[in-house]
Amino acid sequence: MFDIERWNEIWNALTKNKLRSFLTAFGVFWGIFMLIVMTGAGNGLKHGIYDGVSKFAVNSAFMWTQRTGEPYKGFKRGRFWNMNTTDITYIEDHVQGIKYLAPKLFGWKERGGDNTVRDNRTGAFNIAGDYPVYTKIDPVSMVKGRWINEIDIRNKRKVCVIGEKVEESMFDKSENPIGKYLKVSGVYFQVIGVLKPETRVNFNGRKEETIFLPFTTMQQAYNYGNEVHLIAVTSKKGVSVSSLEDQILTIIKKRHSIAPKDEQAIRSINIEKQFQQMNGLFLGISILTWIVGIGTLLAGVIGVSNIMLVIVKERTREIGIQRALGATPKVIISQIVLESVVLTTLAGYIGLSLGVGLLELISNVLAKMNSGGDGVFYKDPTIDLPVALAALAVLILAGLFAGSIPAKRALQIKPIDALRDE
Amino acid sequence: MIQINNLHKSYVTGNNSLHVLKGLNLEIEEGEFVSIMGSSGSGKSTLLNILGILDNYDEGAYSLDGHLMQDMNETQAARTRNKMIGFIFQSFNLISFKNAMENVALPLYYKGISRKKRNQMAMEFLEKLGLKEWAHHMPNELSGGQRQRVAIARALISKPRIILADEPTGALDTQTSYEVMEMLKQINDEGITVIIVTHEYDIAAMTQKIIRLKDGVIEEIIKNGDLKSFQAQYNRNINKPEHHV
Repeated sequence: MFDIERWNEIWNALTKNKLRSFLTAFGVFWGIFMLIVMTGAGNGLKHGIYDGVSKFAVNSAFMWTQRTGEPYKGFKRGRFWNMNTTDITYIEDHVQGIKYLAPKLFGWKERGGDNTVRDNRTGAFNIAGDYPVYTKIDPVSMVKGRWINEIDIRNKRKVCVIGEKVEESMFDKSENPIGKYLKVSGVYFQVIGVLKPETRVNFNGRKEETIFLPFTTMQQAYNYGNEVHLIAVTSKKGVSVSSLEDQILTIIKKRHSIAPKDEQAIRSINIEKQFQQMNGLFLGISILTWIVGIGTLLAGVIGVSNIMLVIVKERTREIGIQRALGATPKVIISQIVLESVVLTTLAGYIGLSLGVGLLELISNVLAKMNSGGDGVFYKDPTIDLPVALAALAVLILAGLFAGSIPAKRALQIKPIDALRDE
Repeated sequence: MIQINNLHKSYVTGNNSLHVLKGLNLEIEEGEFVSIMGSSGSGKSTLLNILGILDNYDEGAYSLDGHLMQDMNETQAARTRNKMIGFIFQSFNLISFKNAMENVALPLYYKGISRKKRNQMAMEFLEKLGLKEWAHHMPNELSGGQRQRVAIARALISKPRIILADEPTGALDTQTSYEVMEMLKQINDEGITVIIVTHEYDIAAMTQKIIRLKDGVIEEIIKNGDLKSFQAQYNRNINKPEHHV
């Protein structure tokens, strides 16, 4: 098996017609290269998107109101309405299986123009009213200071947490914003923290450009009464968030005289469902990748088989000599098959290496781009070791397959016929 | 050594069947030096194929060294060939990317002998045939006579009982042909049965027994004593245009 004669023969067979060997090998090379790069690209997309949402509580749902879509109980279609804090208490009392429930206010009235002033600096930012529990659902990381707490809520303190971009435009780099005041829509708030979002899921504008106030402070300071603009909810372990979502929607519709079938009046996003959809999407992408990759690889392998047939034909005389000198069928078959396996594995290995190399390169470039802060939905286009090993195994099998038909053909050669000069 | 009784062989291609050997009987003793002659289509190469266990036959019996050569699978046939038979070909058929020594050592490779040992043995045989200095030359750097001597060394290295030579002098000039025949004669003197296929009368005349094939059967066998009359026939034939096979 490992006799030098054998490798000598393989080397000779493959280098006799270098261009042909190269072109044949290229088919296999391209197949595996495509497979690796496409799988890697698919993984990159997957990592990127999952990275944007992965810290999000998967078992969460978000609900917000819009104008009604259907007339109901004497109300006209197109009515403006809002959820309110009594809804929240009612839900807390009547729905089982809720882990966190966080109402949220958006400062729509305060948006527009430069609503934030500090000395001679002004800026236009989003304003949100939050409960402490909100960050359990949609996590943030505190760069400086702290997040809103229960005492802020209870005492309706005039404090705020600001996004990174707010800090950037309202404060000098050398300044510590904690303890300083911002005038937001005419009311002064003391900055208690600076946050950086962990996820890229945003409601009512980007979190970097938002000023977060305690929910109760915002209700009173801007005259929102008992309005609630968004409900975020997560389910307890073992409880499907979809069922919570349905229960809450039904309760709210009932309490506000909304038609039970009105899909437009109250909207909701269920992260569980979103994840399922995404998983389906990525499964689809990877199936497609494998079909295309395997198809290309198969074309390459058939090319190898074809060329091996030609090589056998060309070497009829040589194989005839070997058989006349006492080479057993095993020797002849293993020779041809080994040649084919060497060709495919070598080409495949190069394809594998270059594919992985390209992915590494892209990875590095992306990492540099991403370090600027603002993320693209694309990260770590890599391929798993098992996948790479499987590809290599497929290659060796493919080589065996590609070599077996020509090897059989080689056995049918009749030495004397091959050797006579007729 | 070789016993052939009522041997039949047909080739089937599509709907056509070509009956090549039609009940051939032949006996060759150990140590004989035999030539097989015959025009194109007489069944020479088919007979050679069967003698060399490179092809099967349809009917009859072929015994080599007392063993019936029948229903062998390709592996057994290859082993028997490797052990019993040395082949010499018209166009030498050396493997172009192996040097003289490696070519000679090739049958031993199929026997599974280590590289060091087989190359050593190959050198001995090359030395015997006066080719020691050429051992590391590639076939295309050798003359026709040298190539055929390398091929003879290759045929001899596995110490066969029979040498089958298919037109061994067909590609050589007269003088080199005679040298090669002299060499085969020496091999024969060591007790190895030598069978050559040729269409050259002067070459055939150097053997001890001439078997002439015609239409798949033996037309005549010319033995040692009759060689004189064969000589006369050869002189007669030389004036006619020869059919090259």
